[in-house]
Amino acid sequence: MGIRFILMVNKQGQTRLAQYYEWLTLEERRALEGEIVRKCLARNEQQCSFVEHRNYKIVYRRYASLFFLVGVDNDENELAILEFIHLLVETMDRHFGNVCELDIMLHLEKAHFMLEEMVMNGCIVETSKANILTPVQLLEKT
Amino acid sequence: MGSQGGFYQSKEFLDLVKSIGEARSKAEEDRIVLNEIETLKRRISEPDIPKRKMKEYIIRLVYIEMLGHDASFGYIHAVKMTHDDSLLVKRTGYLAVTLFLNEDHDLIILIVNTIQKDLKSDNYLVVCAALNAVCKLINEETIPAVLPQVMELLAHPKEAVRKKAIMALHRFYQKSPSSVSHLVSNFRKRLCDNDPGVMGATLCPLFELIARDVNSYKDLVISFVSILKQVAERRLSKAYDYHQMPAPFIQIKLLKILALLGSGDKQASENMYTVVGDIFRKCDSSSNIGNAVLYECICCVSSIYPNPKLLESAADVISRFLKSDSHNLKYMGIDALGRLIKISPEIAEQHQLAVIDCLEDPDDTLKRKTFELLYKMTKSTNVEVIVDRMIDYMISINDNHYKTEIASRCVELAEQFAPSNQWFIQTMNRVFEHAGDLVNIKVAHNLMRLIAEGFGEDDDNADTKLRSSAVESYLRILGEPKLPSVFLQVICWVLGEYGTADGMFSASDITGKLCDVAEAYSNDETVKAYATTALMKIYAFEIAAWRKVDMLPECQSLMEELLASHSTDLQQRAYELQAVIGLDAHAVACIMPSDASCEDIEVDRDLSFLNDYIQEAIEKGAQPYIPESERSGMLNISNFRNQDHHEASSHGLRFEAYELPKPAVQSRIPQTLIASTEIVPVPEPMYPRESYQTTMPSIPSDAGSAELKLRLEGVQKKWGRSTYTPATSTSNSTSQKTVNGTSQGDGASTVSSMRETYDSRKPQVEVSHEKQKLAASLFGGSSKTEKRPATGHKAAKASSHVVEKSHVPKSSMEVASEKAAPAQQPPDLLDLGEPTATSTALQLDPFKQLEGLLDATEVASAVNGAPAASRSPDIMALYADTAAGIHNKNDADLLSGLSNPSVTNMPGTTAMPQVTQSSSKGPNPKDSLEKDALVRQMGVNPSSQNPNLFKDLLG
Repeated sequence: MGIRFILMVNKQGQTRLAQYYEWLTLEERRALEGEIVRKCLARNEQQCSFVEHRNYKIVYRRYASLFFLVGVDNDENELAILEFIHLLVETMDRHFGNVCELDIMLHLEKAHFMLEEMVMNGCIVETSKANILTPVQLLEKT
Repeated sequence: MGSQGGFYQSKEFLDLVKSIGEARSKAEEDRIVLNEIETLKRRISEPDIPKRKMKEYIIRLVYIEMLGHDASFGYIHAVKMTHDDSLLVKRTGYLAVTLFLNEDHDLIILIVNTIQKDLKSDNYLVVCAALNAVCKLINEETIPAVLPQVMELLAHPKEAVRKKAIMALHRFYQKSPSSVSHLVSNFRKRLCDNDPGVMGATLCPLFELIARDVNSYKDLVISFVSILKQVAERRLSKAYDYHQMPAPFIQIKLLKILALLGSGDKQASENMYTVVGDIFRKCDSSSNIGNAVLYECICCVSSIYPNPKLLESAADVISRFLKSDSHNLKYMGIDALGRLIKISPEIAEQHQLAVIDCLEDPDDTLKRKTFELLYKMTKSTNVEVIVDRMIDYMISINDNHYKTEIASRCVELAEQFAPSNQWFIQTMNRVFEHAGDLVNIKVAHNLMRLIAEGFGEDDDNADTKLRSSAVESYLRILGEPKLPSVFLQVICWVLGEYGTADGMFSASDITGKLCDVAEAYSNDETVKAYATTALMKIYAFEIAAWRKVDMLPECQSLMEELLASHSTDLQQRAYELQAVIGLDAHAVACIMPSDASCEDIEVDRDLSFLNDYIQEAIEKGAQPYIPESERSGMLNISNFRNQDHHEASSHGLRFEAYELPKPAVQSRIPQTLIASTEIVPVPEPMYPRESYQTTMPSIPSDAGSAELKLRLEGVQKKWGRSTYTPATSTSNSTSQKTVNGTSQGDGASTVSSMRETYDSRKPQVEVSHEKQKLAASLFGGSSKTEKRPATGHKAAKASSHVVEKSHVPKSSMEVASEKAAPAQQPPDLLDLGEPTATSTALQLDPFKQLEGLLDATEVASAVNGAPAASRSPDIMALYADTAAGIHNKNDADLLSGLSNPSVTNMPGTTAMPQVTQSSSKGPNPKDSLEKDALVRQMGVNPSSQNPNLFKDLLG
C-alpha cells in the first residue's frame, strides 16, 4: 500500500496536519504521533532521514520549524518519499507563496485538498503541480 | 487570498489558530482544545447556522481530533455538510467525514446516498470529491452501491475523474478482490490512457495485481518498457518534471513493476536491459531524486535475470552511495548492497570498511540497516562475529519491537550456521538472558533438545562435556537477578537432567539452587513446575544410585507448600515428588532412568499389562469398565470442557469454524507441561476418582496420574509425565531425530576458528586494526588482508583532492574510502535539491540562520527602524521589518482592527511600500500581501510568542 500516513508536526511536537491511509483510533494516533515525533526530534541533521518504528518506516524532513513525516511500508523507496515530501512543500509553496506553518494552520482544508490530489489509497497518484493545484484553485472561485 | 471567496475565516477561528499556534506546551494546547470543545458543543447545534460558519465549525472539529481529542459530537454535522450544494462546503464535508469516520462507522450509510448522487453530477469537481470519499469510506458491503457508477466514470471525458475512478476501483480491489475480479481488465485499458496522470495512477493497482500474479501480466512487459523509455526520453509533459528529472515518480513505479515481471524470467528481463541501462546512464546522480531513481534501478537489476553490464552499473552506483557523506545515501547503499550480494556476493568485499563504518555509526537507523545486510550475508565462517555483534546491539537497545526481531534473527542464524554446539549454547544463553521473554518458546525447546542430544551418537565424551559446561554456566547465571521465565525453564530442565550427572556438583548443591529458583520466582507457576520436576529427577537419580537422600529443609517446605497448591499441575508434581522419594531404588530406576530424555517412549495404549489385574478384580466381583460414551448421569470430560469454552468465548452465534486440533509441539518436556496444563481444566474433585478408574484401560490420558499410584512397572516408559500424552510424545521423538540430523550437519566447524574470532573481539589499541580484523572476520579469511589496501588505494586516488576530516581519528584508508565522493552534494535535510544551491549554504543550518536573522533585525529595528531588512530578502526579515515599521502606530489599531472586518485591506495598503520593495520574496506579491494583512488582523506577529509560525518552509 505504500504510504500509511502523512504528518506535519512542528518542533514543539504539535501536530499541524495528519492524514492516515489506514484506520487508527484516536488513541492509537495520539500514541503513534507521540512516539514518532519523540524519535525524530531526537535525531540530528547528519543522521538518516529515515527511522524505523514498529512495522513502519518513517521518512521525515524538516523545513524551518515544521517536520514532515511520512510513514511507509518496508519496501518503499525512502529517497523517493523524501523527495515526495519536497514536492508537497514546493506545491504548497506555489499555492500559498512562501508557505509557512501558519499558512497550513489557517488553510488546513486546502493543505488536505492538495494531499487528496497527490495521494490516494496510500499511493502517489499525481506529481504534476498544475494538476494538483487546479482543482484547489477552482474551489476558491466558487 | 485567505480572506477571499469561500475561504472565509472569522475572528474566532483566527483566534483559535493563534492560540494553538502560540501554545507553549501540550498541556496548554489541551486546555485550549477542551475549551474549544465546550464552545463548539454549544454552538454547532444552534439553528440556522450559515453554511460558511458551519464549514468553519467543521474545520475546528478537524482541529480537535487532530490534536488528539474526541469530536464525535459533531460528526453528524460533517455528514450533513456533504449534502450541501456549494462545492467547497461539500468537499470540506467529505474531507471531514473521511478524517473522522472509518469505513464501518454507522454514519456511513447516510453518506452512501449522497455519494451516489454526486457521482452522477455534471460538475466534475463534485464527482472528484465524491470519488475521494469513495476511496476512504466504502467497505465491502457498500461496494455494489457505487460500483456501476464508478465503472462508468472510467470513461469520463475529464482525466482527473478517470484517474480517481481508477483509484476507486483499486480501493475496491484492495477491500474485496472477489467483488471486482471480473473488472481488473480495466486497469490494463487505463494503462493506455492518453493522459499521463491517469496512466501513472493506473500503475499503482497494476503493481499490486502483478505482485499477486506475475504470470498473467507477462504480456505487458513490452508496454511497460516502452512507457518507461518514453518517460526517460522526456516525452511526457514538462509538468511532470521534478528537479530536471522527467516524471521520476512514474519511473520508479515502472521500475518496481519491471522488477516483479523480470524476476526469474530471462526472456522478459532481456527486454528490459536496454531501458534500464539507459536510465543508469542518464540519471542525474547529484540530486536526491536522481539517486532515488538509481536506487530503484539497482533494485530492479538485482531482481531480474542477471545481466553483467547492468550489475556493473549497479555496483558503481552502490559504491558511490557508500562513499558519500550523506547518511541517507549510505543507507540506500547498504540496502542496495544487501540486494546485490544475492547475485554477486563478491561485491561486498570491496565495501567492507564502509560497511563496518556504518555498523559502528551512532546513527541507529544506519546501524540497523547494516545489521540487516550482515544478516543476509551470514555464512558459517562469519556467523560468530555477526551474531556476537547483534547480541551486543540487542542488549544495548530498549525498543522491544526491534529487540524481538533481532533476537529471533540471532537465533535463526545460530541455529542455521552454528559452528559448534558449545558456541550455540553460549549464544543462546546470552539471547535468553537478555531477551528471553521476547523469543519464541520453541527456541527454548530446541536448546533443551540440543543439550540432551549433543553432537551425535559417536562422541559421548563430548556430549558429557557439553552438558557439564551448560550446567556450570547455568549455575553461574542463576546468580543474576531477574532472569526471563523461558530461560529459567531451560535452566531448571538442564539442571534436573544433568545437574549431578558428572559428579561435579552434589545433589544438595543442585536441589538447593532449584529451591532458590522456585522461591525467587514464586509467581511464575511454569518455572515452579519445571523446578519441582527437576527436583524429582535429582532425587530419583540419587535413590537409583543407592545413595542416601536427605531432603533439604527448604525443599521439604517447598514440597509441602506445593502439595496444597491451587494449581493442580503443581500439586500433582509435588505428589509425584513425594511418591518418588518413598520408592525403592529399583522402582525409581525404572520410572526415572537417568539421561533418558532422548529415549523413545513406547506406549502400550491398550494397557494390556493390566489384563491380569483386571481379570482378577472382576473375578473378585468388581464392576467391569463401562466406556465413557455408554455411561449415563456422568458428565464426560470433553463435554465439560466444551461447555466451559462456550460460556467463556461466545455471547452470540459463532460464525467461524471450530479450530483444527493443534499440531504437536516439537519438544518433549515443555510439551508435557503444556499438555498437562491444558488437559487439567477438569474440576479438582475428579482427580481421585479418575485415578481409581484407571483400571479401565481405554482412557490413555489418565495413565500418567495413575501411574505413580498403581506402580505399573510393566509400562515401557519412563519418567512420570511423558506418558500423559502418549501419541504426541512418540511423534516427538521422531522429529527430534531429524532435527538432530540437520544440526549435526551444520556443526562442522572447528574450535580454532572460534578462537580466532574471540581474539578479534578483544579490544585493540588501534582502532583501524580492530576494524580490519572485523572486516576480515566478516567478509572472509585472511586473503582479504591483502585486498584491503588495494581498495583503499583506489579510493584514495579517486579522492586525492578531498580535504580529509582532521578531527576524526581514523585510519587513512578509511578516511579515503569515506571521502571518495568529492563533487557530491550532501543531500542535506534542508537541501532544496536544486543543483544551483551553493555548497556553503548547505553546510549551514538555515534554521539557525533564520534565527540569527531574526535577532539581527529585531535588534536593528529596535535601534532604528528599517535598514536591517535590506540585508536579506528573507521573509523573516520582511515580517520583522513590517512589524518594526508599522508596529508602533498600529499597536492601538490592532485591537480595534481585529474586531473590524473592513480593516482587512487597510494594513495591506500601509504595508505596500515594504512589500513591493522586496518583491523578490515570493512568486506572488499580492498573495503575500494578503497573507500579511491577515496575520496582522489575527494579532500574530513574528516577534510574538511563536515566530516559527512565520518561517518560510522553503527557507
